[in-house]
Amino acid sequence: MSNATSAPTNAAALPEGWEMVVGLEVHVELDTATKLFSGSPNRFGDDPNTHIDPVTLGLPGALPVLNRKAVELAIRLGLALNCTVQSCTFHRKNYFYPDLPKAYQISQYDQPLNVDGFLMLPGDVRIGVERAHLEEDTGKSTHFGGSSGRIHGSDYSLVDFNRAGVPLVEIVSRPDIRTSDQARQYVNELRSILVAIGASDAKMEEGSMRVDVNVSVRRPGEPFGTRCEIKNVNSVRAVGRAIDYEARRQIQEIESGGTIRQETRHWDDAEGRTHTLRAKEDADDYRYFLEPDLVLLDPDREWVESIRTSLPVLPAARRAALAALVGIDKESEAAYVLVERGQDDYVAEVVRAGGEAGRAVVYVQQAFAEEGAKPRVPAADISALTVLERDGKVTATQAKTILAEIVLNGGGDAATIAKDKGFEALDTSAVESMVDAAIAAQPDAWAKYCNGEEKAMGALVGAVMKTSQGKADGKVVTAILQARRSK
Amino acid sequence: MALECTAKFSTTLSSLMRVENARIDDVVVAKVARLARLDLTPDELARMTEQLSGMLEHFRDIDKLDLADVAPMPQPLPLKNVFREDVVVPSLDRDEVLANAPAAEDKRFRVPPTIGFTE
Amino acid sequence: MSFPTVAQLARDIREGKVTASAVLEEHLKRVDERESEIHAFNLVTAENARAAAVEVDRAVQAGKPLGPLAGVPIALKDNMCTRGIETTCSSKILEGWKPPYDATVVTKLREAGAVIVGKTNLDEFAMGSSTENSAFGPTRNPLDTSRVPGGSSGGSAAAVAAGFAAASLGSDTGGSIRQPAALCGLVGVKPTYGVVSRYGLVAFASSLDQIGPFTHTVEDAALVMESIAGHDPMDSTSLLQPAPSLLSVLDQGVQGMRIGRVVDMPEGSEPDVLERLDAAFAALKERGAAIVDVKLPSLQFGLTAYYLVAPAEASSNLARYDGVRYGMRVDAPDLNAMYAATRSQGFGAEVKRRIMLGTYALSAGYYDAYYGKALKVRRLIADDFAKAYQSCDVVLTPTSPSVAFPFGDKTADPLAMYLCDVFTIPTNLAGHAAMSVPFGTGAHSLPVGVQVLAPALGEATMFRVAAELERAR
Ligand SMILES: [Mg+2]
Ligand SMILES: [Zn+2]
Repeated sequence: MSNATSAPTNAAALPEGWEMVVGLEVHVELDTATKLFSGSPNRFGDDPNTHIDPVTLGLPGALPVLNRKAVELAIRLGLALNCTVQSCTFHRKNYFYPDLPKAYQISQYDQPLNVDGFLMLPGDVRIGVERAHLEEDTGKSTHFGGSSGRIHGSDYSLVDFNRAGVPLVEIVSRPDIRTSDQARQYVNELRSILVAIGASDAKMEEGSMRVDVNVSVRRPGEPFGTRCEIKNVNSVRAVGRAIDYEARRQIQEIESGGTIRQETRHWDDAEGRTHTLRAKEDADDYRYFLEPDLVLLDPDREWVESIRTSLPVLPAARRAALAALVGIDKESEAAYVLVERGQDDYVAEVVRAGGEAGRAVVYVQQAFAEEGAKPRVPAADISALTVLERDGKVTATQAKTILAEIVLNGGGDAATIAKDKGFEALDTSAVESMVDAAIAAQPDAWAKYCNGEEKAMGALVGAVMKTSQGKADGKVVTAILQARRSK
Repeated sequence: MALECTAKFSTTLSSLMRVENARIDDVVVAKVARLARLDLTPDELARMTEQLSGMLEHFRDIDKLDLADVAPMPQPLPLKNVFREDVVVPSLDRDEVLANAPAAEDKRFRVPPTIGFTE
Repeated sequence: MSFPTVAQLARDIREGKVTASAVLEEHLKRVDERESEIHAFNLVTAENARAAAVEVDRAVQAGKPLGPLAGVPIALKDNMCTRGIETTCSSKILEGWKPPYDATVVTKLREAGAVIVGKTNLDEFAMGSSTENSAFGPTRNPLDTSRVPGGSSGGSAAAVAAGFAAASLGSDTGGSIRQPAALCGLVGVKPTYGVVSRYGLVAFASSLDQIGPFTHTVEDAALVMESIAGHDPMDSTSLLQPAPSLLSVLDQGVQGMRIGRVVDMPEGSEPDVLERLDAAFAALKERGAAIVDVKLPSLQFGLTAYYLVAPAEASSNLARYDGVRYGMRVDAPDLNAMYAATRSQGFGAEVKRRIMLGTYALSAGYYDAYYGKALKVRRLIADDFAKAYQSCDVVLTPTSPSVAFPFGDKTADPLAMYLCDVFTIPTNLAGHAAMSVPFGTGAHSLPVGVQVLAPALGEATMFRVAAELERAR
C-alpha cells in the first residue's frame, strides 16, 4: 500500500491559518579511533567485516567497556550546545534486526549525558536541545535481487558489521522549529559546531551525520498535532524539501477530513515525496532496561570544566567577532561563509595589516573559496591591494584583475602588478569632466535619471567607462552622478 | 524516543491498577511470543499461558509490600566511571568468524529477505 | 570413594613425585569407566589436555617456575568460551559454535598451569536446578545415579564428584554452583559479584552471574579462587580489588566470630537438612563462635524478585541467538520467519518459558508492575542483609531444602523446581559471597550442604568459617 499523496506543486508558504511544528533528531558519528564499547577501528569505507571483535559481533560472553574519548567528545558537544552535563546511565533498547548484533542497542534513556541545551539561529531564534545522548551505531545491510536494491522485494541481504558499535551522539531538538528554513539553518549550524569542536566530520553524504525529522501541523495557538517521523533525509536540501512536502501533505489530509496517524515515513528524494514506512505499533515495544554490563557514568566536575576550557571559539561567536571587526551583519552570507571556511582569522589579519575591511571581506570570500583556513597568499598582499583600491589608485575592475594574479602566484605586490599592467585610476577631476560630457551627450537618460529612474544611470556610466577605456572607477562615476543630481 | 521515554516513566496510579488487575491470557502470550521471535504451537501457547499465569499469580506475593519509597536496585554494586582508552586492538579474523556463520557470502553475513519487515 | 585434592596433586607434580601426564591419565581413565553412565561432559578435550600436561611436565623437568595449579585437571562448565573449542551452553542453538576467543577465567586457569579436560553439561543456558534441561540429556549424580546432581552446573559438580577432574568451574546466577555442590557432596563457591571476571561467560542474567569453583575441600576452593579472581579490564563490572588472599586465613578458626541464625527462615526444608544445620551451629559454637539471631524478613520474596529479574535480563541476553552470525539456523523464506523458526527449534522448553516471562515483565504496561517492582524488592533484600551484618559476620542457612532428588521429580511443575533455589537466590540479588560446604548426610545417606553467607568482599571471613566447618565434619 502506498500512502503517497500527490506532490503539492506550490513550494511557497503553508496555506493560511496553518503552522508547522518541527523537531529534529540528528545522529552524529564521533571522531574516535575505536568503537564505543570495544577496540575495533572506527573507520569508514574499508573492506566488509574487517573491524570486528567479540563485542562488535555480539558474540556470547562478550562485554562492553566504555570508550573514554567518546565520552569526552560527547561532553564537548553537549557543552557546545549549552547543555547541562549530568551523571547518566546506559539502557538496552531491544529489537530484532540483522544489522543489530546483540538484538539490542546500547543507548541512553531516562538519564542521558547532556540535557537542556539550545542552539541559536539567525534572527535570535532559539531552538531548544532536549538531550544529546551517547549510543552505538548499527551495522549495514545491503539488499540484493528483486527490484534494484530496495529493501522491499529483495531476495536476500548481506550484512557488514564494520559500522556496528561506532559511537554516536543523538541530538534531539525540542519541537521549536517553525519553518523549513530554520530546519536547514539548524542542521548547518550544528554541522559547523561539530566540525569546529572536532567531534565529528559530520558528512551527511557519508552518513556520519544523519537527520530524522518529526513534523506535525496545527493552527497557531492550538496544541501540537500528531507527528510523523521522516527517515532517509540525506542532505540539508532534502531536509527542507521533506519538511515542506510533509507539512502540506498533513494539512491537505486534515482539510479533506482525514486524520494524521503517528507513523514513520520515508523521504524519496527523486520523487520529492514521503511514503509510509510503518505505523507505530507493537513492534515498537523496545523493553528498555538498565544495561547491567555497564556502570554509572558520572563525569566529575573537573573533567567537564577542563573540557569546557578546551573548547574553541564557536562559529556564532566567530561570526559576531568578524562582523564587528569588518562592519558587516553577523548573519550575512559573508560572515557564514568566511567562518565556515575558517578564514575569519585571515580577514582579521588583512585588516590588522592596514587593509580596508569591506574590500578584504569581498576579496577573501571571492578568491579563496578553494583554500582552507590559511590561504597561501600573505595577508599583507591583500591588504595592500585593498588600500590601492580605496585610495582610488586602481579601479574595482583593475583590482579584480590584480587579485586574480596575486592568487595565481600565491602572492605579489599589488602596486607593482598595477604598474606592470599599466593600470592607473583617473583622477577625480578627469572623471568629472567625462561625466559632464556623458550628461551632455545623453540628455534623455539624464532626465530620466533625475526623475528617479535609477536604471537610466547605466547608460551614463557606460559612456564614461567607454571614454575612459575602463580606467574610471565605476563607484566614483556613480558618486559623481548622484552628487550632480542632488544639486 | 524522548516522547516514548516520558510516557513510559509517568506511569500513573490508574495504569498501575489496570495492569495489576489484568490477567495474562493467550492474546497477551501470543503478543509476547511475537516480540521474542518465538513460534508457539497452539498446544505450547495454551501450556505457556497456564504456566505463566500460575507463576505470575505466585509472584503477586510482593504486591503486599510497600515499595513506594524504595529505590530500584538494578545492579548489585555501585560502581561508576569505568573506561577503556581509545586504543585500537586487533580485530578478529574474518574467515574464522564467517566460518561460524550459518550463511555467508562475499565477506558478509547472508540473511533472508526482509519481507513485510520494518526498516 | 576419595580422590586426590588439588592441593595434593599440585604439590606432588611440583615436587616431581608424579607427572602431570600420569595424573591426567588417571582422571581420563575414570572418565572412560563412568562417563557413559554419568554424562558429566559435553566434550572431553583429551588431546588438548595431554598436550597441556606434557608442557607442564617439561616445565617441571626444566625447573621453570610453575603456576599454582600446574598439572591439575580442571573441567569447565560449557558456558565459558574456549577458543576453537565448541561451546554449546547445552543448547541446540549454539551446537557447533567454536568461539574465536577465550574467556578471562580460561586464560587465567591456563596461566596458573591447569590442564583443561573438557566442557561440562548444564541446564540449557544455565536455566535449571537439576541439569535435566540440557539439550544433550541429563547428567547423573555420581553418588546415586537415579538422582539429579543439581543444577545448573550439574556437569561440573558430577565431574569432580566422579573424579573426572580435581576441580571444575561453574557459574552461579541463583545457586547454580552451591546447590549442585551440596547435592554432590562438594565445596562450591559463589564469589562476590565482580570478583571473578564474566568476560567470556555466556550471559544468563548479567547482574547476577558469577563464576566459581567446585572442589573436594575448602583449601582447594581457596586455591582455585586465588587463581581466577582479580580485576579484568574487559569486564566493566569487575572490581578493582586484587584476588583475595584465602589460603592464608584457613587456619585462623572462628574464635570470637558472630554467626547469624535466620529466625524467620523460609520453610519447607527436609528435617535432616535442618538437623545438619543445627549441628553446624553447634560445632561452630563449640569452637568459640557466638550464635546470633538475625531477621531477614524480605528473604521470602527473593524467589519472586529473582524470577522476574533473571528472566528479564535473560530475554535480552538470549535475543542474539537469531541464526545470523553463529550457531544454528532454520531456513525460512523471510527474515522474521527465520528468526522465529530458529529460536523455536533451537531453544528448549525452560529457556523459552523464561524468555517469555522476561519479555513480558519488561514489556510496555507491565514493566512497573513486575520488573520495576522486583528491582525494589531486590533493594529490600540487600538492605535486610546490611542490617543483619551489623550484628554478625556470616549467616548460615541450608544450601538446598532437600538432598539430591530423583529424575523427573520436579520437571512437571516449574515452580517446584524454582523453590530449590530459595536459600541461594538472595546472595545473587545482593551481589554478596556465599559457599556451600558438605556437612554430613541426610535422607538416603545423601550429602547435605551448609551454606555460609558473607557480605560483599567477605570471602576471607567466609572461608575461615567454611574451613572450620570442614574440620568439624
Ligand atoms: Mg531516535
Ligand atoms: Zn538513536
